Amino acid sequence: MPKYMLIMRGTDESNAAMMASIEEGIARTRLFIEEMMKAGVLLGAEGLDDPGLGAVVDFSGEAPVVTDGPYGETKELFGGFFLLEVSSKQEAVEWAKRVPAAPGSKIEIRRVPGEDEVPQDSTVQR
Amino acid sequence: MGTADVEAVWRIESARIVAALTRFTGDFGLAEDAAQEAVAEALVSWPLGSPANPAGWLMATARRRAIDAIRRRTALKDRYALLAADPAVEEEVDPDRIDDDVLALMFISCHPVLSPEARVALTLRVVGGLSSKEIARAFLLPVPVVQARITRAKKTIAAAGVPFELPPAGERRGRLGGVLSVLYVIFTEGSTATSGDRLLRPDVAYEAIRLARTLAALLPDEPEVHGLLALCELTAARFPARTGPDGSPVLLEDQDRLRWDFSAIRRGLAALAKASTRGLGPYGLQAAIAAAHASAPSVEATDWDRIVVLYEVLGRVAPSPVVELNRAVAVAMASGPAQALAIVDELIALDRLPGSHLLPTVRGELLTRLGRRPEARAELELAARLCANQRERSVLLRKAAALG
Repeated sequence: MPKYMLIMRGTDESNAAMMASIEEGIARTRLFIEEMMKAGVLLGAEGLDDPGLGAVVDFSGEAPVVTDGPYGETKELFGGFFLLEVSSKQEAVEWAKRVPAAPGSKIEIRRVPGEDEVPQDSTVQR
Repeated sequence: MGTADVEAVWRIESARIVAALTRFTGDFGLAEDAAQEAVAEALVSWPLGSPANPAGWLMATARRRAIDAIRRRTALKDRYALLAADPAVEEEVDPDRIDDDVLALMFISCHPVLSPEARVALTLRVVGGLSSKEIARAFLLPVPVVQARITRAKKTIAAAGVPFELPPAGERRGRLGGVLSVLYVIFTEGSTATSGDRLLRPDVAYEAIRLARTLAALLPDEPEVHGLLALCELTAARFPARTGPDGSPVLLEDQDRLRWDFSAIRRGLAALAKASTRGLGPYGLQAAIAAAHASAPSVEATDWDRIVVLYEVLGRVAPSPVVELNRAVAVAMASGPAQALAIVDELIALDRLPGSHLLPTVRGELLTRLGRRPEARAELELAARLCANQRERSVLLRKAAALG
């Protein structure tokens, strides 16, 4: 069955709005996660920390170049994800509409192909 | 919003809406009819203009249809008066109450007064939110047959006066077992299709896994619920490797284990850990066997001794000829085909699996390994005649032909 990842994309403004009432945000997210579990659709969920605590590995040159985060100048930052196994893309969209997301943020919905969709001859030789 | 959008909302909301309406009206059949009317209305009106709150729209519409239906029943005037006093107020939803109502819905859909086929159809329809058409496709049945089963099931529940409630403590264990077996029947239909030309139907298996996940979230302290979920996850994890590019079955020993779904294995092992808190039940034991396979790098490197022990325990807590047959297969791997053949021959002597293709299939394999080729060939040909799945049948015939 198709899996979909709901990718949270926040802006500086939406992240600030979320941080202003972080306890309420956490409580609402927990309720939402519980709702998805009870619907039998949730496979995983993670929220990401401050990008300044991460790093970037750049493959533009011959050897990978490592720099401190955050990544580039993007306005919308990947802030976390929900991984769902649902009956259709429409159902993924319907769940995405229910995410307690901060105003100004966006959710990108991406399909995750199953192992059974990978061509059988593409397996890496052991 | 189109049909697929309506169906998507219905998938998410059906159990809660039918459960809340059954609580509200005290009449499961009426609640289900009213909910179906609301979906039918949504299919007509949403494409013309989407409601701001689709879930709330469905609930409110279903509630109005339920009131209409009660209004038509003159015998229930008093109840109508009660409802009419407060027709459109959105009740504050108590999450625990809704959880119990969804559970009660599962128990009523899997009630022992219903035939096994009716339990499957009703569970997929009201708890899973599938249409009769989708259920018909899943079980390779004509749509009217599914519709008739559901109609009859609702009448049976009304006639038997089945209350909408969680089973009393004394019946709870048995009734939960009934729910689990309905989910397992659905899963099995997807993991080893009993008929048709496809070996696996992952979309059918998915419905069972989804329902098992729901049940595990609602009853987190029931080990066997986690056991069933673990069994389904670990079995489904092997789906991608179980059929070749042409759809033919690939045996465990020939499966490319890199194609197993390792996320599903991890979820299965996590569920198995939850199932193990108070000793494993029948589903937990089967999951433990599946886990032994899932954690092994190859057939040769599989802990067959452990699998034999698990089958012995399973045979004690849930005796069945199929378990005995599987134990024979494990014994063959652990200690050789001769010992396994003795178990199989005893099953035949006691006529424990009449008409099943599994017995001659296993016997044929064991005889092949023992070098008794003419007997092996006869057994495999018998198995092919008894097997209803075309994919499996052609594999059996190929093996028989190879024995010359």
